[in-house]
Amino acid sequence: MTSPPASSPPDALLAIDGLCVEFGAPDDPVVAVRNLGFTIARGETVAVVGESGSGKSVTALAIMRLVEQGGGRIARGAIRFARSGGTIDLVRAPAATMRAIRGDEIAMIFQEPMTSLNPVMTAGAQIAESIALHQRKERTAARAEALRMLEAVRIPDARAILDRYPHQLSGGMRQRVMIAMALSCRPVLLIADEPTTALDVTVQARILALIATLVREMNTAVLFITHDMGVVAEVADRVVVMQGGRKVEEGPVTQIFAAPREPYTQTLLAAVPKLGALAGEDVPRKFGVEATARAPSPPASPSPIVLAPAAPAREDAPRAPILRVRDLCTRFEVHGGFFGRVQRRVYAVENVSFDVAAGETLSLVGESGCGKTTTGRSILRLVDVEAGAIEFEGHDLATLDAGAMRPLRRHLQMIFQDPFASLDPRVTVGFSIAEPLYIHGVARGAAAEARVADLLRRVGLDPAHARRYPHEFSGGQRQRIAIARALALEPRVIVADEAVSALDVSIRAQVVDLLLDLQHTLGVSYVFISHDMAIVERVSHRVAVMYLGQIVEIGPRRAVLGSPQHPYTRQLLAAVPVADPSRRRAQIELSSPDIPSPVRGVDDPPPSAPLVEVGPGHFVARHRVGAF
Amino acid sequence: MLQYTVKRLFGLLPTLFLVGVLVFLFVHLLPGDPARLAAGPDATPETVALVRHDLGLDQSLPRQFVRFVTGVLHWDFGRSLSTKRPVSVEIGSRFMPTFWLTVWSMAWSVTLGMTIGIVSAVWRNRWPDRLGMTIAVSGISFPAFALGMVLMQVFAVDLGWLPTIGDDTWLHYILPSLTLGAAVAAIMARFTRSSFVEILGDDFIRTARAKGLDERQVIWRHAMRNALIPVVTMMGLQFGFLLGGSIVVEKVFNWPGLGRLLVDAVDMRDYPVIQALVLLFSLEFIVINLVVDVLYGFINPTIRYR
Repeated sequence: MTSPPASSPPDALLAIDGLCVEFGAPDDPVVAVRNLGFTIARGETVAVVGESGSGKSVTALAIMRLVEQGGGRIARGAIRFARSGGTIDLVRAPAATMRAIRGDEIAMIFQEPMTSLNPVMTAGAQIAESIALHQRKERTAARAEALRMLEAVRIPDARAILDRYPHQLSGGMRQRVMIAMALSCRPVLLIADEPTTALDVTVQARILALIATLVREMNTAVLFITHDMGVVAEVADRVVVMQGGRKVEEGPVTQIFAAPREPYTQTLLAAVPKLGALAGEDVPRKFGVEATARAPSPPASPSPIVLAPAAPAREDAPRAPILRVRDLCTRFEVHGGFFGRVQRRVYAVENVSFDVAAGETLSLVGESGCGKTTTGRSILRLVDVEAGAIEFEGHDLATLDAGAMRPLRRHLQMIFQDPFASLDPRVTVGFSIAEPLYIHGVARGAAAEARVADLLRRVGLDPAHARRYPHEFSGGQRQRIAIARALALEPRVIVADEAVSALDVSIRAQVVDLLLDLQHTLGVSYVFISHDMAIVERVSHRVAVMYLGQIVEIGPRRAVLGSPQHPYTRQLLAAVPVADPSRRRAQIELSSPDIPSPVRGVDDPPPSAPLVEVGPGHFVARHRVGAF
Repeated sequence: MLQYTVKRLFGLLPTLFLVGVLVFLFVHLLPGDPARLAAGPDATPETVALVRHDLGLDQSLPRQFVRFVTGVLHWDFGRSLSTKRPVSVEIGSRFMPTFWLTVWSMAWSVTLGMTIGIVSAVWRNRWPDRLGMTIAVSGISFPAFALGMVLMQVFAVDLGWLPTIGDDTWLHYILPSLTLGAAVAAIMARFTRSSFVEILGDDFIRTARAKGLDERQVIWRHAMRNALIPVVTMMGLQFGFLLGGSIVVEKVFNWPGLGRLLVDAVDMRDYPVIQALVLLFSLEFIVINLVVDVLYGFINPTIRYR
């Protein structure tokens, strides 16, 4: 827990000194890491934290000397690694030595468990491969050791998992296989590059605890790379903060969180949503972070001539719902067998009911597979609804045909998660924003252009950007463009499906603030779909917790997050990493299963019952749902 | 795996039926009267009527279709109008030369093409890649008949190492298979390269490298099977095309194969032969597709276990 200076002390396991990594042409290089230096002691966990483009992953790949495969090169510096035979400089180590070190003395876990395992090899074979390679064991011995490792990472029924292919495993299981693979040769240093970013929060909690337990048993040092301050607070002994390829600050975890010296670290910590920050308040509140230099135009000046302002929502007045969802069911059929008959059914959404009032934000929270996205898509009729009613403006959207639905679509818009995929790369962003106007015949020509300019200004972008293409913008700017497109038709309801999940913390805070501003001026309602409890706390008036296709708890945000009644809500809240190293969680159950599957027999819908009111507007499921 | 294969087999039935109908209608849609053609130019109307009755062309279409299908099932495709020999015999004698030519062409071109493709992908944008892709583009660009004639001039006429025409010994196979396989090798090289380049950028390749495997193990154990999937598709397609008999190559080398039979049959308006050949070519593609699909299942477990 002590903080050694950046110059390498004799006991350092790994000492990085003056490291520079470049990409691109040698005469005009893009410098990804500049003059970086820090050390890792034996058995110590060092977190490298930073936003995308800060060079943290490149640093990890440079240590493994895998950065060359990605087109980069180590221009200067040294990475001294203490081996049993003496210290060597990894930058200058011959390829054969590096291969002997990789996977044996230094192992790595990657971010994407879905793509980091070879899809055509069984889990057991992939783990045994490492063991056979470095420990010169023959097949059966390696396989036995692989089984032992799978048991060590607390995989239930490990013997069966040995012969499974990656696509047959859930994300959490795959990451456990990755960990088993990485730790199979008992490395002295484990590099974990965003190992839990792609996982659900309860699974993340278990994986973090698992890594912590195993490295303690093996006395393995960990270089933990993450963008999530909550995770840092949870795992790290020491923290290195990076920005733009440089080290900004380094120090023990408690000091970084309690008394950050550098302004960047302070901004980073301020942008981290902390669950419980709004504990005593009923309404959403902005982060209030200032927009950094990325938005060149002055902040949006409201121009009510173009966009008709709705009455600003009064927080205390009872509001009539503009969207009423009743007993919504959406199911998907799983075909299989000899004649491709329906064999199983995914009960994605089961008897879901809620209201959304004008100017209100209802958040749907839950983990992957809980049906929150399908609910959002069902409201917009992007998927076929099995049963139930979706009342909007006197219509039941669930029963309308495509033609009758079309004119109503202008009032219901959607913002998608991935700002890189949801904009057509071949057309200008101006056209993307104006297209809904053309389709619904609202405006064309100069009028449409004026509208686009106004919308861009509203979302904090320069109207001149309309002529640019999506690849010229950063992720945060693209999400602003997607918001402008959603706003183009002055919708009454916007379904925001994980709209800020793909963004860096500081950008995320800005976009959340933008959404809240727009709600305030335009009176638009949001159905905010998210797995991130802290963001949900920021934006919502009311919260619905979904689990296995059903709402298990719904009510005012303050009540649901402040005094959760359903055991699943409690488990979900407990799993959220707290960005405060002094409040680390107690030991959690490592081997509890991941979220159960909503796939059931054809005529075997999950039991459902009306929710029970436990407080004003606060309803909780009292019947059995899945494991609860 | 067995269930998957059987399922794929049953899936062929509609395709087979559709092909059968199309091939059957083929004769009826063509201009001219098959009975008159069969009877010969000097036949009297009575003879034509007799031939028409003989061929069953005076019956209703469904009845004729049933007759056609029954015939096909009994390996009876009618008689060639020009040689008067059964079509099955006619095609049978021409099938094997084309088949073996195809097999040899595919064998060398797939081996060479994939090797060039893998080498190019591993050393991409460096000189082995540029050299390999230059060869590949040349292979695609240079027309087969020209290549055939150049090869024949150099190796058969000038050097006298190899025979020019015919299919009597294995030496006869060398020049035609080189000619036929050149384009396939080039296509395979480009296809393998792009498939490997994509796979080598995947996350699990980075995982394999992080394990400490050397580059050769990474390529053979981890990249190969994944990269093979699109390559196998292409291989199947090319095999199907070659089995149809290359008209140009068979003409240049005077090869007694299906390509020349088809040209001759079209020249003579030998409908029964054309009909049987179309049926054969369709069937070949169907069988190859099935083999490719089953191979997929072997290569890729995500397909097998669906």
